[in-house]
Amino acid sequence: MAADDDAVIDMRNIVMRFGSHVVHDGLNLSVRRGEILGLAGGSGSGKSVLLREMILLQRPTSGVVKLFGQDTATLDAAGVQALRLRWGVMFQRGGLFSALTVRDNVALPLREHSPLDPALIADIAEWKLALTGLPPDAGLKLPGELSGGMLKRAALARALALAPELLFLDEPTSGLDPASSAGVDELILKTHALNQPTIVIVSHDLDLLWQVCDRVAVLGEGRVLALGTMAELAQDPQPTVRAYFTDRRQVRKAASAPAPAISAAAASATAN
Amino acid sequence: MTPAANPAPPPSDPTTRLTQGLPVAWSSDGSWTWQGPPAPPLPPPDGLLRLTGKLTLAAGQQALDLLAFVGEVATVALGTLRHPGRMRWRAVLREIEIGGSDALAIIGLTSFLLGVVVAYQGADQLKHYGANVFVVELVGYAMLREFAPLIVAIIIAGRSGSAYAAQIGTMVVNEEVDAMRTIAINPQERLVLPKAFALAVALPLLTVFADITGVFGGMVMARTQLDIGFTEFVDRFSRVMQGSALLLGVGKSLVFAGIIVAIGCFQGFRTAGSADSVGRQTTLAVVQSIFLVIVADAAFSVLFNMLDL
Repeated sequence: MAADDDAVIDMRNIVMRFGSHVVHDGLNLSVRRGEILGLAGGSGSGKSVLLREMILLQRPTSGVVKLFGQDTATLDAAGVQALRLRWGVMFQRGGLFSALTVRDNVALPLREHSPLDPALIADIAEWKLALTGLPPDAGLKLPGELSGGMLKRAALARALALAPELLFLDEPTSGLDPASSAGVDELILKTHALNQPTIVIVSHDLDLLWQVCDRVAVLGEGRVLALGTMAELAQDPQPTVRAYFTDRRQVRKAASAPAPAISAAAASATAN
Repeated sequence: MTPAANPAPPPSDPTTRLTQGLPVAWSSDGSWTWQGPPAPPLPPPDGLLRLTGKLTLAAGQQALDLLAFVGEVATVALGTLRHPGRMRWRAVLREIEIGGSDALAIIGLTSFLLGVVVAYQGADQLKHYGANVFVVELVGYAMLREFAPLIVAIIIAGRSGSAYAAQIGTMVVNEEVDAMRTIAINPQERLVLPKAFALAVALPLLTVFADITGVFGGMVMARTQLDIGFTEFVDRFSRVMQGSALLLGVGKSLVFAGIIVAIGCFQGFRTAGSADSVGRQTTLAVVQSIFLVIVADAAFSVLFNMLDL
């Protein structure tokens, strides 16, 4: 297939077992260069495990994982290290080093893997932090002193430090209020516009999937149940997939619209 | 808004309130039958045989994992020896400060008291035979060969071994170790090697320090209990003691340093999931490293005996 030649990530027949528990059972997925792919699916559908397999933190029980066209099973330690420099990962809880300031966190990959001199690295780190919308004083704080939304931004800044071709975002909006989530949506789009990296997002935030992703893969039953644009998925013949994308909260709100609002009921209760 | 919108107040009787709307049928004598789907029964507890088997397998697996971990660290260490520029010397110095010089006070005091105790126990016996002066050999050999290396290793296992496990364990829980791997930094090279190197320097030095304070404790006791003055003690000490006693003790402490770092870091990396796990692994790190230090010490005693050292 022509599309597969351009695949940044190509996973074939992935099987992953933990004891008797099967997480992936013959999963196939390929990610095209430059696209923003969402990985969705219910809790326990193996989204995070799939992500860990992609970033080589976990080896599947069987199957082939190809990254940038290289079969990862044949790579030695040096090859793995070289691949890791081509991507950035933003972890769900940030994964920032708590002993370092935010700026040093962003600077660390550059200090380790680039010949640039320290003063320039500090400037680049601050630039990346500003790019993610953090205030100038945030760089000198420790990760523990940041709010949830700022932590996500700082984590993204570190993931972007080495100008990666491939970006992995694990639940970028989890635990954020709606305004901050919307900010993260925009931030991801802005990042993508800047130098067109391929982005893989694990999320079950429907807003994020609608706003940001070119294609979404729905995981379930140990494989990819459906893969397509959000509009296609919402029309999917499989009821489990369609149910996932029909926002149940919207449906319920529509159904209960004539009912009195809770605050009004409470007010009348106190009045009585 | 109509008052009818208000729900009825909940029944005050707790039995009625807690079972309201649930599929429970009450009969007149107060007994009940559950009419919903039954709760699945608890799995039967493991029998003694099965439990023993499970624990044995887990212990064996853990020993294998430890061996694999030590092998990995050794490989990384060899790579670093070939390129010493990759070593974080600043981190090594900092670890020496935290694990070594910060422990000087507690180790000095403990081993001083240990020297006092050894001399005191010996003094009583030696007096019977009029062999007071042999307290020098007693304190000297006991401290240099056995007590100083052992007490230093035990204190450092409790102090630094637990800190290593807790630090690495918290980093695992916080996804920091995963993050390290993804930015192509080897966690073993960055987290374990500086500690190993630092303790390999600090523990022998601490042992020599404990030798000095321990023997000094013995001297104080010898003077008050056995009328052996400081000059007489030091004079005899320099005549009868063999240098090998010091070297054997210091050599042992090098092995103890390896045990403490290996177990502390290994247990830290085994942390999974939660803060609760950090606490458990920290406890395991201290218990196992003290145990292994004592086992190693016993093995050294047998070995030295066979080699006539």
